[in-house]
Amino acid sequence: MRQSFSEWTKSGAPWVWLNAGAVAICLIMVVGLLSLIAVRGLGHFWPADIVQTTYVDNGHSTRLIGERVQTQDVPVEQLSDSGIKVTEGVETMQRTLMKVGNRDHGGTDFIWVLDAFMQDSSKPDMLFAAERREWGNFYGYLRSIKEDGKEVAAHQGYDRSAEYEALWNQFQQRIERALNIHDQIKDIEKGQIGSINYELERLRLKERSLQLKEVTDSARYQAIDDRRAELNAEYESLQGTLLDLYTAFNRDSITAEISSGKIVEFKVASVVRAFLPNEMGIGGKIGHYFAKIWEFLSDDPREANTEGGIFPAIYGTVLMVIIMSVLVTPFGVVAAVYLREYAKQGFITRVIRIAVNNLAGVPSIVYGVFGLGFFVYFLGGHVDDLFFPEAKPAPTFGTPGLMWASITLALLTVPVVIVATEEGLTRIPRAIREGSLALGATKFETLIKIVIPMASPAIMTGVILAIARAAGEVAPLMLVGVVKLAPSLPLDGNYPFLHLDQKFMHLGFHIYDVGFQSPNVEAARPLVYATALLLVAVIAALNLSAIQIRNHLREKYKALEM
Amino acid sequence: MSTNNTASTELDFNTPAAKRHRNIRALKDKVASTGIAFGGISVIVAILLIFFYLLYEVAPLFQSASIERWTENDEQVAPYTAPGAGKTLYLTMEEQAEIGFRVTDAGEMVFFNTRNGDVILQKMAEIPEGATVTSFALASEYSGIFALGFSNGQVQVFKHKYRSTYPNGVRVITPFLEYPLGTEPFQLSEEAVEVLALNGSEEEWTLIGGQHSKLTATDISLSENLITEEIEADTSAYALPDMNIPANKLLLMPDRRWMMISGEGSKLGIVDMKAAGGPKVSQLIEATSGNITSFELLLGGNSLLISDDKGRTSQWFLVRNADNEWVMTQVRSFENGNSPIDFISIEHRRKGFVTVSETGNLSFYNTTAERNSLSAAVAKGNVEMIALSPRSNALLVEQDGKLMLWAIHNEHPEISWSALWEKVWYEGYEEPEFTWQSSASTNDFEPKYSLMPLAFGTLKAAFYAMLLGTPLAICGAIYTAYFMVPAMRRKVKPFIELMEALPTVILGFLAGLWLAPFMEVNLAGIFITLLFLPAAIIGFAYAWSCAPKAVRYLIPDGWDAALLVPVIILATMFSFWVAPGIEEMLFGTEMRYWVSQELGIPYDQRNALVVGIAMGFAVIPTIFSITEDAIFAVPKHLSYGSLALGATPWQTLVRVVMPTASPGIFSAVMIGMGRAVGETMIVLMATGNTPIMDVNIFEGMRTLAANIAVEMPESEVGSTHFRILFLAAFVLFLFTFMVNTLAELVRQRLRKKYGSL
Repeated sequence: MRQSFSEWTKSGAPWVWLNAGAVAICLIMVVGLLSLIAVRGLGHFWPADIVQTTYVDNGHSTRLIGERVQTQDVPVEQLSDSGIKVTEGVETMQRTLMKVGNRDHGGTDFIWVLDAFMQDSSKPDMLFAAERREWGNFYGYLRSIKEDGKEVAAHQGYDRSAEYEALWNQFQQRIERALNIHDQIKDIEKGQIGSINYELERLRLKERSLQLKEVTDSARYQAIDDRRAELNAEYESLQGTLLDLYTAFNRDSITAEISSGKIVEFKVASVVRAFLPNEMGIGGKIGHYFAKIWEFLSDDPREANTEGGIFPAIYGTVLMVIIMSVLVTPFGVVAAVYLREYAKQGFITRVIRIAVNNLAGVPSIVYGVFGLGFFVYFLGGHVDDLFFPEAKPAPTFGTPGLMWASITLALLTVPVVIVATEEGLTRIPRAIREGSLALGATKFETLIKIVIPMASPAIMTGVILAIARAAGEVAPLMLVGVVKLAPSLPLDGNYPFLHLDQKFMHLGFHIYDVGFQSPNVEAARPLVYATALLLVAVIAALNLSAIQIRNHLREKYKALEM
Repeated sequence: MSTNNTASTELDFNTPAAKRHRNIRALKDKVASTGIAFGGISVIVAILLIFFYLLYEVAPLFQSASIERWTENDEQVAPYTAPGAGKTLYLTMEEQAEIGFRVTDAGEMVFFNTRNGDVILQKMAEIPEGATVTSFALASEYSGIFALGFSNGQVQVFKHKYRSTYPNGVRVITPFLEYPLGTEPFQLSEEAVEVLALNGSEEEWTLIGGQHSKLTATDISLSENLITEEIEADTSAYALPDMNIPANKLLLMPDRRWMMISGEGSKLGIVDMKAAGGPKVSQLIEATSGNITSFELLLGGNSLLISDDKGRTSQWFLVRNADNEWVMTQVRSFENGNSPIDFISIEHRRKGFVTVSETGNLSFYNTTAERNSLSAAVAKGNVEMIALSPRSNALLVEQDGKLMLWAIHNEHPEISWSALWEKVWYEGYEEPEFTWQSSASTNDFEPKYSLMPLAFGTLKAAFYAMLLGTPLAICGAIYTAYFMVPAMRRKVKPFIELMEALPTVILGFLAGLWLAPFMEVNLAGIFITLLFLPAAIIGFAYAWSCAPKAVRYLIPDGWDAALLVPVIILATMFSFWVAPGIEEMLFGTEMRYWVSQELGIPYDQRNALVVGIAMGFAVIPTIFSITEDAIFAVPKHLSYGSLALGATPWQTLVRVVMPTASPGIFSAVMIGMGRAVGETMIVLMATGNTPIMDVNIFEGMRTLAANIAVEMPESEVGSTHFRILFLAAFVLFLFTFMVNTLAELVRQRLRKKYGSL
């Protein structure tokens, strides 16, 4: 059936199609955004091949070694404006962002190069990549291994050979050894010495507290001094062990040839992982991929958060959210029960209900400001005056920290829980309550035994939604407790185990900080995508479970109403 | 029935145990009721506390100042005789207002306890034989450097300093005098130094002085002798030409280029010391309608304050005119009734000053805020001198040889309605402007607390976000609620609602690190997509409607959106593919360069368009969800009736469904706007956070929320800046709360209406 265009327009069909288009655009945007994050985030862990190429620019030819990161077309004018001699007769030229690493030798680890100037690109099997504790990645050819400055194995040339394999294996073994020692060192430094320092600080505070209380009992001071001497002795012995470990740790070094042909030397101790990406088979790459993902999830960050893992941020986020939900659930439920079951329904409850509802729409930064002013400075200041005078002038609770962050977020999310719980309570048929009352149960018994259990899925939904919101909120946390790098986890083995006064790391803030405050944004970007993916996954999972519970709840009441 | 009777006799409900049990249950019930009521009310109160706490922090900004006699240990400090002989040339206090310092025309320099006048340290200036002190000049209150001119033409420079020590945990302040320009006096003139001015910094200083119409200048540059570690002054003196205004008082700006002369009556002369061809008068002004009574430099030395005998004080500073010349301009003036002003005392840390009139009336002013924060009588009749302490919390008043100490509470004089919301002519600016600049590295900085650029930025960001988000969300909701098949709707709705939970930090990060660079390169592509996409959709739709039935019936009605997905993807890809060619054809270069070079519109990488897209994305789910609910809730019989009467689905939607649902859509837009206004992370990450006022879509902005996030952690607790940030939060709170309440009320009315339909 052929319609004329004007007739078709008159029927309003184009508008309907445009509306359909709007939905489609929304969907495409959501899916596109999620896949962008997923692809960039997951792609980062895949070991990229290392390319070796001869770069000829103005007659100079240099060897370039690095990973291809990104390519784009640039207009020729832009290039010729910046003084680059360009090929005649083309409008755009392709350029590639290469990650050349070796920041300690070249200055920058990312450079833009023009594809047209690259000649003889190859992927030699012998090129190795090393992730280091500082200075970023290293790319080059392994040349020799030294032990205490004396060469123990060496190899020349660019081809594979048995000799080379042996050298490489030895390198791997030595990395393994260094990593073991590193773990021991970390255990001593962070674990044992950390505990000693922590206890010493507590002793200092104890002593100060005694002085403040003007206790003159010298026995108590003596006890503190004795314990301090004990700890110091322990510390000395650990220092000795550490010294030995460090000597062993720094025993080995390697030399390697970098792209300029220079032979450079660095310590095996600085290497976290070394691999030959060009030689790896698909299996090896998959193994490497998962190892990297595991590292990402379980390790501490390195190099100003641009490398390594995000474990402290995951830990901080989860802990903060747990404390928040412990706070928000009872308060939210009690408030909702009061509003729905106990308060006299009327104008006032209606106003309160609207107010509570609207508080969910108040910008989160306002809660942050409130948290900083009221909780941190006002309440925290008073708590310090009352309970921690010995630590003054250093604030204990009078500074942003885990507890205040959790409470602020609890306040931010309590309207969500109240609204969800109320909804659950209204859905419970009146007849059920009346039945229970008619059987002689008191109002409280009805509430505890009948109403709350029936409303529990709704409460759960509310709590999960609150958690999802809290996990993604960053703006208020920036004011009340997150930091870019927390020296220790807020829950550890030192008494009193849960350190509510400590600052913590957070996934959302990590994204902001690494993406925007980092000195090396280019290097950090893939990690930010990965972090974002993790955060999205956590929040989507939480929300989906909330939706599941809600659906389940609706089904349950459908049966009840019949 | 007898069995029943026997059972009831066996079952006694009134045994003591049962009674006790019932009592316990009743008690429990009661306790629970009270507990829940208490808990519930306290949670609600806690939530409402936000409002009152913000108000509590903001309130001091608008409190007026107060002044009272200083009390020490619950006793009012009594007036005491001013220590030292002679007439006061200079009176001041140190940081804690514990020690006062007085310089007299007898050459006495006395440090004294401000509470009781006890002399702590007394020094005599080394006045040459037969000479007397004839003039006094102060470099600045902040530096504490001052000079005395003698009748033999010599000048000596001093500095009063204080050192705090804490023996046994008690603070002890020790005053002492220094010779910052060396101990040797300078021979400034042949005759008596009747007028004197001094200024400079670190190693370069200039002294100007002499007789009323014969002035000489001496440039001094200091160097430290490496061997003796003594300061050596290298001087070069030169006579100034006759300026034609007999000088009563001289002032020199810290840049040592501009000298101001107050002459007879209301004459004011501005001398450019560094003019080509030697110092010359660049301006001669009748500064006031009365006679000049006091003549001082404001903190920082860039503003001149002139008061007269008609009760008027005016602020002047140099403004660059169209010919690129500096012109001393009167910027604002303050009236103080009609009583002549005797003195001005300058605040040491703020752009404020105090005037005292002939009748002993004191007035506190702040120049930036154009505010008189306090007027009070401190004496009856003429006072000889007043001095403010550096923290502006104490005031010394000298009258009839007696000193009286006052306490001042004037925490936030720099805030007024005009300072926050109106254009203010800041020092060094060419015209009044809206500016937000809360801190700088120097001490004499004039804080600029105009909330206008921030409020403007907030609305600008929200506007662009709504511009993009609203049509997409509402159109999408209309289709989802009214046309889409239920099977698809059940999937689509939760999916888009899931977007609402997407952390904004992720949107902000993508906008800042991915979209902004992408847009910089593909600006034309984005605009072409915006234009081409609707055309492509309609084109495809028409083609589809003309397609043979066999093809059309493959896809049932209500699946159009799914059909459009590939169309939109292809159209977008096509737009980006043709964009470089079109760009080349229309602009001859990249659109971004064309915009900034041909149109002259500045282009920032992180601009309002980026924010609009990212934040539009954030508000879509909010608006979508509420609109969809509103449309879906419109009773079906209304649309069935309309359709039955022969209206097309679109006509039914526009004429019947939409009017019914419009309050719901309105409330959706309101709530969406509330979200856009308060959004922090997206704006923080996707704009440059520069507080500019420009509607240009290619430039950034700074919003209230982002400003709080950026500046709050660095703000000093209790300071004006801190409270202004609270004020910003309070404004945000009120705005969103009211918008949301309005939306909620509209929604509730709508619900009632549906109920009656």
